[in-house]
Amino acid sequence: MNPLTLSKRGILGLNRPVAIWLGALAVVFGMLFSAVPASAADETPAPADGSSLVIKGKVKNEGVGVAGIELKVTGPSFEEIATTDADGLWSLNVPTKAEYKVEIQLDSLPEGVGLRDPETTVRTADLTMVETASVLFPLGVDTRVETPILDQIAIRAFAGLNLGLLLAIAAIGISLIFGTTGLSNFAHGEMVTFGALTTWLFYAVLDLPLIISAVITIAISAAFGWLQDAALWKPLRGRRLGLNQMMIVSIGFGIFLRYVLLIVFDGETKVISGDFQAVEFGPIITTANSIGSMAISVVTLAAVALFLTRTRIGKATRAVSDNASLAASTGIDVEKIIRIVWVVAGALTGLAGMLYGLQFQANWLTGFQILLLLFAATTLGGLGTSLGATVGALIIGFVVELSSLVLPADLKYAASLIILILVLLVRPQGVLGKKQRIG
Amino acid sequence: MANNISVGAAAPGCKKVDPILVADNVTRQFGGLTAVDVAHLEIPRGQITALIGPNGAGKTTLFNLLTGFDKPNTGTWIYDGKNLAGVPSYKVARLGMVRTFQLTKALSLLTVIDNMRLGAQDQPGENFLRSFLKPLWVKYENQITAKADDLLKRFKLDAKREDYAAALSGGQRKLLEMARALMSDPKLVMLDEPMAGVNPALTQSLLEHIKDLKKNGTTVLFVEHDMHMVRHISDWVVVMAEGKIVAEGPPAVVMKDQAVIDAYLGAHADTDLGTVAIKVVKGK
Amino acid sequence: MDWLAIFNLALGELISPLTAAYILCAIGLAVHFGFTGLMNFGQAAFAAVGAYGMAIGILTFGMPTAVAILFGMACAVIFALVLGIPTLRLRADYLAIVTIAAAEIFRYLMLTSGFAGVTGGSAGLSAFNEEFRALNPFPDGEYGFGPFVFREEELWMRIVGWLTVVLAALFVMFVMRSPWGRVLRGIREDEDAVRSLGKNVFAYKLQALIIGGVIAALGGMIFVLNLSNVQPASWGTNFTFMIWTVLLLGGAATILGPIVGGMLFFLLLTLTQSIIGGLVDVGVINFLSPPQVGQVRFLIIGLALMALVIFRPQGIFGNKKEMQFNG
Ligand SMILES: Nc1ncnc2c1ncn2[C@@H]1O[C@H](COP(=O)(O)OP(=O)(O)O)[C@@H](O)[C@H]1O
Ligand SMILES: [Mg+2]
Repeated sequence: MNPLTLSKRGILGLNRPVAIWLGALAVVFGMLFSAVPASAADETPAPADGSSLVIKGKVKNEGVGVAGIELKVTGPSFEEIATTDADGLWSLNVPTKAEYKVEIQLDSLPEGVGLRDPETTVRTADLTMVETASVLFPLGVDTRVETPILDQIAIRAFAGLNLGLLLAIAAIGISLIFGTTGLSNFAHGEMVTFGALTTWLFYAVLDLPLIISAVITIAISAAFGWLQDAALWKPLRGRRLGLNQMMIVSIGFGIFLRYVLLIVFDGETKVISGDFQAVEFGPIITTANSIGSMAISVVTLAAVALFLTRTRIGKATRAVSDNASLAASTGIDVEKIIRIVWVVAGALTGLAGMLYGLQFQANWLTGFQILLLLFAATTLGGLGTSLGATVGALIIGFVVELSSLVLPADLKYAASLIILILVLLVRPQGVLGKKQRIG
Repeated sequence: MANNISVGAAAPGCKKVDPILVADNVTRQFGGLTAVDVAHLEIPRGQITALIGPNGAGKTTLFNLLTGFDKPNTGTWIYDGKNLAGVPSYKVARLGMVRTFQLTKALSLLTVIDNMRLGAQDQPGENFLRSFLKPLWVKYENQITAKADDLLKRFKLDAKREDYAAALSGGQRKLLEMARALMSDPKLVMLDEPMAGVNPALTQSLLEHIKDLKKNGTTVLFVEHDMHMVRHISDWVVVMAEGKIVAEGPPAVVMKDQAVIDAYLGAHADTDLGTVAIKVVKGK
Repeated sequence: MDWLAIFNLALGELISPLTAAYILCAIGLAVHFGFTGLMNFGQAAFAAVGAYGMAIGILTFGMPTAVAILFGMACAVIFALVLGIPTLRLRADYLAIVTIAAAEIFRYLMLTSGFAGVTGGSAGLSAFNEEFRALNPFPDGEYGFGPFVFREEELWMRIVGWLTVVLAALFVMFVMRSPWGRVLRGIREDEDAVRSLGKNVFAYKLQALIIGGVIAALGGMIFVLNLSNVQPASWGTNFTFMIWTVLLLGGAATILGPIVGGMLFFLLLTLTQSIIGGLVDVGVINFLSPPQVGQVRFLIIGLALMALVIFRPQGIFGNKKEMQFNG
């Protein structure tokens, strides 16, 4: 609660680590940058003429482009229909920098073919920051035909479980950091993006085997977590910055990272894995990727639980979350624990980004778009507890997916945020959180 | 032993001739710990009552409950004929029952005089709709400023009038908090360790202030660890231990009570409390 | 590089209506955060509520512009009540998350095709400012000198925008110097202390939320009157954090802070962007493409926000003794 005086070390106190950090960041991104071939995502034709703002995409069924699909693009005083060519490609010039909606016209789909994600007939293309945006509608077996309501619920619940497990891995990262340092890290979404795009780089672009790409992604993400703490957060803790200040610093840092990612990886939406081998059981049709992702999520969550409850470091982590000064007085090196937490959080969140990217698509905004869901998950569960974050993430996953049974699909994120607010009304401490000490 | 405060003999939870505050069955649990468990307590009107007890006895928690800063698990309490259970803290203060905090809450980003002005109630300029029409509140503002200056002088803070409260010493902040509480002419003042950290040179005058309050008809309830002071100014002493009221009575009697000595020093001690300097770790 | 053109562009930004719009939102945020300590991360929503309220008032309900402006302000009051009643009892960090969530919910609601009949969906709304233009008292022509030459409609927009800024700043100055403002400053530091003095803290926080929200709603209206359309994409979190940067640059607990902070912010932003753009054009900077220059803008905002909070949290004008972040 100190008024914010500059520390005795003065402004230079932060310069050295920041310089190191920026330098390291530049090296990492420089490396990635130069590794990205310019043609990586260049599957679609360039726009013919007019404005330089383009929305484009490719409609594929089992890897093959589909011709004659109609897409309605709407934006500020703009509405036009694009049609895919023989290779399934389409593109459209749009007049102004704005957010556009692209709606696939279901009646233009061939017989027996439907959307892989039947709920999402509308996707957004945000051209406020970038000049081109790509919008992809993967096709698959038509699942629309009169699905009975119970089957629909099963399908949605399965998708909710999948999303919830993914969110849980990343949310535990937020929760561990909050628990040990009190920081609500608004730059966490960028760690998800970082994981997804790193995987894309090594797996889709450099064509390394998936397992090696995964190992590299997790290692780099863990190193990224280490770096953030070493170069930014530890010095700020040393300056005794208040928690609200730290929170705003993380917002600035998140914006900074987001745009670095945009400049390095451009605004295109990346398809990281084109392999959507269908797996069917009961009414649920899913992909091998999703099954694998869920299995990895469950194993990871179990491993985290074991780590926190069985290992010495895990127990120390919980002790620090509970009461840092008490933990310090029992001989726990709090700074060391926090450093470990950042590394673990980085690795977990990078993994979450990778799993997300392998199942869905990813671009520079992916992590930011799920950041609020992550906060919703940790807040719902009760800030600072890993079990709470997991439960909260599963609730959010189910709400997001099941809400589309009753709400338009473009409100499914809104639904989960409304649930967050409603729960806080009833239980300000979250579902599993304990009441705070007052006074 | 007879006295003119309690009805009949003094005993834990005894009835008072003229109580201002009557609490019944007030309990508060934190997890498994019962911090407060008061079966019956009456505070005598117009007297100075000391609430003593070892650290962790539940004195601060009881203050929090009675003034609406915390919610009890069970219990009712009646202040001046009004049932206060469930009444929010700011309304409790408006009814004339004003408290200070053990961990001082002087507003360090306001000046000393602004801290004092904030203590006044019924300032029409604190209503948003009237706030930008200065003529509606400037007269009252001058009145409360005069009153604040008067109190500051009595508490020897007048030299610091324009300083930010952050610039005051710990003891001075305690004084400021107490002076601020008096701005609203409360009927019952509840002081949580008012002497802690106050310069010994000032404690004597602080004691006089508290006695003056009594002269003006204000009831005082205060938590204190310094037994000399308790003995010196209080008319009545209530002793808490482990959440319960374990003894009550006039200071001279209570200090010799075996239950009190046990509460403070454990069962084996048999020392007169007045001769022991009780060092208690401050803070929560 | 054409330095003169760059400077003229930057100077023009100083008094552009968009700058005025952001400044209004920052003045509102000063009431919330600077004076009352409320961590409101949903300021974009207040601006959006004002903008949509006015546009819908005109287009759907056929209100005259003046009435529609009052309607937009009323919408902001209602939004503040809906947002504040449940959340103002929460801890500061919860409040931050809930306000940002509420702002996103509002944006999704404006974006969804379900209400497109009223909100315009992703296309947004336009053609609501004809009456506003018609109210312009200035005859056709060009006005001004040097870099500040405007057509009559540009002049009209600037006068309305900046007059609103001045009125809002004076209003905030008056109320903050009153006993009411004193209570808010007390709450900013320690709610319990103020409660113990008999003030209804919740009511004060709600009033502050409403007042700052209405001022931001006016900012939103200026914003869309200038652009002639309302789009859901404008009111994302970037908008909110730009306002935070403006506010922290000038000084959160000051009256002049948001104004000078806003002018300086857009001046510096335009200058750096133009200079980087120029360097890209002449090939000195070859790792950026021209469209990436606009992206660098946000990168700079992110860094500026970090640096300000770390090194000068009281802002340019702030008094270190009077400004602090709680917690
Ligand atoms: N908010 C709280 N949460 C949990 N335990 C608390 C809380 N406040 C007080 N306690 C516990 O209640 C007991 C009474 O504390 P307190 O009322 O502060 O004692 P005193 O003021 O007599 O020293 C202590 O054991 C303390 O640890
Ligand atoms: Mg105490």
